[in-house]
Amino acid sequence: MTAEYTAGSKLEKIFKSGQKAVTGECGPPRGCDVEHFKHKANFLKGNVDAVNLTDNQTAVVRFCSMAAGRILLDMGIEPVMQMVTRDMNRIALQSNVLGAAALGIKNLLCLTGDHQSFGDHPQAKNVHDMDSIMLLHTVKTMRDEGKMVSGTELQGRPQMFIGAAANPFADPQEFRVIRMGKKIAAGAQFIQTQCIYNMERFRKFMEMAVDMGLTEKCYIMAGITPLKSVGMANYMKKFVPGLDVPDSYITRLKGVPKDKVAAEGIKIAVEQIHECLAMKGISGIHLMAIEWEDHVPEIVEAAGLLPRPVVD
Amino acid sequence: MVIGESKPVAEILEMIKDFKKVVVAGCKGCVTVCNAGGEKEVAILASELRIARKAAGNDLETLEYTCERQCDPEYIEPLDDLVKDAEAIISIACSVGPQYCAARYPYVPVFPGLNTMSIGGATEHGVWKEFCQACGNCIIGDFGGLCPITRCAKQLLNGPCGGSSEGICEVGKGSIPCIWQLIYDRLKNLGQLHKMQEVKLYKNWSTSRDGGLRTTIREELKQ
Repeated sequence: MTAEYTAGSKLEKIFKSGQKAVTGECGPPRGCDVEHFKHKANFLKGNVDAVNLTDNQTAVVRFCSMAAGRILLDMGIEPVMQMVTRDMNRIALQSNVLGAAALGIKNLLCLTGDHQSFGDHPQAKNVHDMDSIMLLHTVKTMRDEGKMVSGTELQGRPQMFIGAAANPFADPQEFRVIRMGKKIAAGAQFIQTQCIYNMERFRKFMEMAVDMGLTEKCYIMAGITPLKSVGMANYMKKFVPGLDVPDSYITRLKGVPKDKVAAEGIKIAVEQIHECLAMKGISGIHLMAIEWEDHVPEIVEAAGLLPRPVVD
Repeated sequence: MVIGESKPVAEILEMIKDFKKVVVAGCKGCVTVCNAGGEKEVAILASELRIARKAAGNDLETLEYTCERQCDPEYIEPLDDLVKDAEAIISIACSVGPQYCAARYPYVPVFPGLNTMSIGGATEHGVWKEFCQACGNCIIGDFGGLCPITRCAKQLLNGPCGGSSEGICEVGKGSIPCIWQLIYDRLKNLGQLHKMQEVKLYKNWSTSRDGGLRTTIREELKQ
């Protein structure tokens, strides 16, 4: 990886400086309550390097990730804008990439998105003109070649640091690393993984990634979601496909008094963070404290990841 | 073939509530094969409608006919004699049928008696599944002969996504196999797994419905 920056976002600079990066996540609200959104985001300020802004996650309507991105910039927080291909065709997607760049957003995470049957508008029409891998290619081509999908020349290239997601726990197991490699080949410069609970399977995934040379081409961030309660752990285990929560974590949460469950969940998350950071090829942590943003400072502190680095 | 499924009788009764005499027109093509719109289904639907209307104290007269096909104008023609005595037509062909009837009888109301479900086939007795979305530019040769456009909920060309678990798609509450797992297994059998590693780029959707109404012309057959 060259020292030259493609987008010059803080996230890119921290990776290129060789330091471990930490990103957080802040879901925009199901309404336009900006104050509530800012309140949540404030817990992340200074405690993570950049904040992911979900794009109608789980196909539930929320205010858009681009507007959220501009709000974060105004608050002095670096956004990672998420974009899904479920709701927009290539015309709208490219338009939003340009709009986001024009607003000063420099990190873009390209996703296909959850199917609308899981969301609050299951009767909606989906688009899927592209998938996440095509969107990665689109953004890279716009940035590096100054061209749209159609080949039309751009007036002004969107300077984006391009990211993608990877789920090491879905099937076929042996193909997951290869698919991540496809994302990297298409344009992903950083990867944020799905929430990790099965550390053994993740370790194997990372060993394969290192063997394939992918960690030399891309920064891989381990996705950590603290377990807030026994109920949440059981839900993740039973209902989220590909999420493999080991019984040992559930036993630990059950083994402490009710008022200590949250603390135990945080303790597990901190242990996981340390374990992941010790793995070869891990460049950072993506901390998805879902509707638990107020606990992020405590988790990052306990993991010994403060203060966050300062880059020019 | 085109797969059809009967509409609920209550929905059809509502459509024809203002009429006393209707034609129920079936089709001997695809919808006969999938037991939704053939001669037998015409007779059953007509009698269900008559019984329901009789029970409601508002008798209905039905005229029944099953066309050779409803997707060729000449096979609609035999309906002429029935239609001239009727107030409306219920076609239980695929949705091509009602539209051909509408074209032939400009002053007669036409209603669909079934829902056109998909281009597909039977997978077991009484079960039909979708296999094609008629995108107009078949690419299944790249995917082991299986169609991800139709059979992947997200129409991925670079699957499988993170929602594939033990061969099952996260959409459909466990009822849908992950087509990408099947593509993977098949390419493995064929010694062509390298095809899964290629980044597939943009599909040209202009041959699909997205390009506007599609017309297929075979010059050598045109008169």
